[in-house]
Amino acid sequence: MSELTLTVMRLGFLAVLWLFVIVAVQVIRSDLFGTRVTQRGSRRGGNDRQAQRTAQHSAPPQQRQQQGGGRRADRGRRGAPTKLVVSEGSLTGTTVALQGQTISLGRAHDSTIVLDDDYASSRHARIYPDRDGQWIVEDLGSTNGTYLDRTRLTTPTPIPLGAPIRIGKTVIELRK
Amino acid sequence: MSAMSSTTTTTTISTVGLPSRRNTELALLAFAVLIPCFAYANVGLALNGEMPSGMLGYGIGLGLLAGVGHIVVRKFAKYADPLLLPLATLLNGLGLVLIWRLDQSERLANLAKNQGFKFVASAPNQLLFSAIGIGLFCAVVVFLKDHRILQRYTYISMALALILLIAPMFFPAKFGARIWITIPGLGSIQPGEFAKIILAVFFAGYLMVKRDALALASRRFMGIYLPRGRDLGPILAVWAFSILILVFETDLGTSLLFFGMFVVMLYVATERTSWIAFGLLMSAAGAVGVASFEHHVQARVDAWLDPFGGWGKSAASEQISQALMAFGSGGVFGSGWGQGYSDLIGFAANSDFILGTVGEELGLAGTMGILMIYAVIVERGVRTSLAARDPFGKLLACGLSAAFGIQVFVVAGGVMGLIPLTGMTMPFMAAGGSSVIANWALVAILIKISDTARRPAPAPAPTTDAEMTQVVRP
Repeated sequence: MSELTLTVMRLGFLAVLWLFVIVAVQVIRSDLFGTRVTQRGSRRGGNDRQAQRTAQHSAPPQQRQQQGGGRRADRGRRGAPTKLVVSEGSLTGTTVALQGQTISLGRAHDSTIVLDDDYASSRHARIYPDRDGQWIVEDLGSTNGTYLDRTRLTTPTPIPLGAPIRIGKTVIELRK
Repeated sequence: MSAMSSTTTTTTISTVGLPSRRNTELALLAFAVLIPCFAYANVGLALNGEMPSGMLGYGIGLGLLAGVGHIVVRKFAKYADPLLLPLATLLNGLGLVLIWRLDQSERLANLAKNQGFKFVASAPNQLLFSAIGIGLFCAVVVFLKDHRILQRYTYISMALALILLIAPMFFPAKFGARIWITIPGLGSIQPGEFAKIILAVFFAGYLMVKRDALALASRRFMGIYLPRGRDLGPILAVWAFSILILVFETDLGTSLLFFGMFVVMLYVATERTSWIAFGLLMSAAGAVGVASFEHHVQARVDAWLDPFGGWGKSAASEQISQALMAFGSGGVFGSGWGQGYSDLIGFAANSDFILGTVGEELGLAGTMGILMIYAVIVERGVRTSLAARDPFGKLLACGLSAAFGIQVFVVAGGVMGLIPLTGMTMPFMAAGGSSVIANWALVAILIKISDTARRPAPAPAPTTDAEMTQVVRP
């Protein structure tokens, strides 16, 4: 057997061995499991939200924005809530970031916040931003009603910052 | 600005339904069978200038074993880790080629003849043991429906492991260590290899129950948590036992393996770094203490400290120096299959010292590749342990992969002169029936645990929707 052939085989074998190792590592890489983050197109209100976030983080865009249009002028205001916090009930401590999406509340397992609460209906209420970015709570014809502070809701109502929304035994509020 | 912002604002986070990945495994397995065939052809061409005669049989045999393993996994452990089986197959296949290559050496045949043995080729035996190993692998995958069943046998496995570890004391020492049980007419088995798995079951079951006591009841002293005196009991018992093995069976490797595995599992169960510190101190003290009076251990340590000094005087140091020479002459790319002189290592060249042949004929690049494959096996084991949902499975997977990793470290370190040499076998590669069979069983248990861990959770039962909403009555 010629020297050249053996040298080629020798190096070839090492290459193949390492190729196997690399393929195995690639499989590990594609196999890292856990949670998957999917980007989705924004729903209604997404633009506002993005503008708001940019405005909060840096000053120059804020100025530009305020020059840009009157409709969004109030978006950068300091009082806008950024998260929804469950303050009473079995889910106490849960927070959901407010990102311009509609938040549904109820016992149905496809709700944004699934309430484990015997006094809540399957689809109890929803919280959504209106066109001005003001957050609105609406009762969805629930059995026991949704209360903002002490009043039972009959129509979609804007939510003041920190006001308790009571659903069954659960209380949620919007915070900065 | 609005054009940019309208595209991405919201994200959803969901758990991923895992594919079973059996086809990935099949592809890798085909690869893992082809590589040893290539190596086999290479050895034949280098030694005799022609394709080896057993080529077809070897390729078909290995392929058949791998195929059977794959079908059983596909049928009974659908979601198992896709890498464990191909990696183990590759190592086993390469081990077979290495052993066959050393069988061709006239020097080893003469050595056996001079010492009054009949030279027996090891490769056919090893192929037989591999087949038995795959058989046991399939049996475990098929019959072990759920690894949590093993938890019931916590204390039985302790007793069984003790028997297996103590039994070799009553049999004559072979090659300086009492690690064999000799059954007349049938051959001998090395019970330590099986005890490794059984002890992992015991440690996992025991630590799962006791871990809170071990983790929480501790005093803080100088920044580290010191366990209570009475909680030191188990670690002291295992330590004393491993020292006893060292003294009565003069087996450094087994003793190190069991104690190391216990310390790793203790650390994983309790998350207390102080256990590692204790473990290292105790094993160091024990090893130094025993080495000071046990002759066999002393000889090994001397050979480690000065391998070339004992040239011509002690066989042990001669072996180590030959192995070191083999690694050195291999260089970066090695001499090529079949073209090295690693058979100079002599006795145990194809079992404990098989890595010497890898080092000489495949060089640094090949040795690193092999070590990477071992590392990936350990990584998959630890990954399985992370993914497992039950604490027993977590501890068992972790303990088994730790035992596997420690064994590789102890053997490779010993052959390369990093630590004193111990009589242990390189998992899957070295000649030795017990080792191959036990390690296939170990991989089978890991595959079972990973199957349970990666199986997608059943869809949540539609509970809350169906129930009636209660009405608040004033």
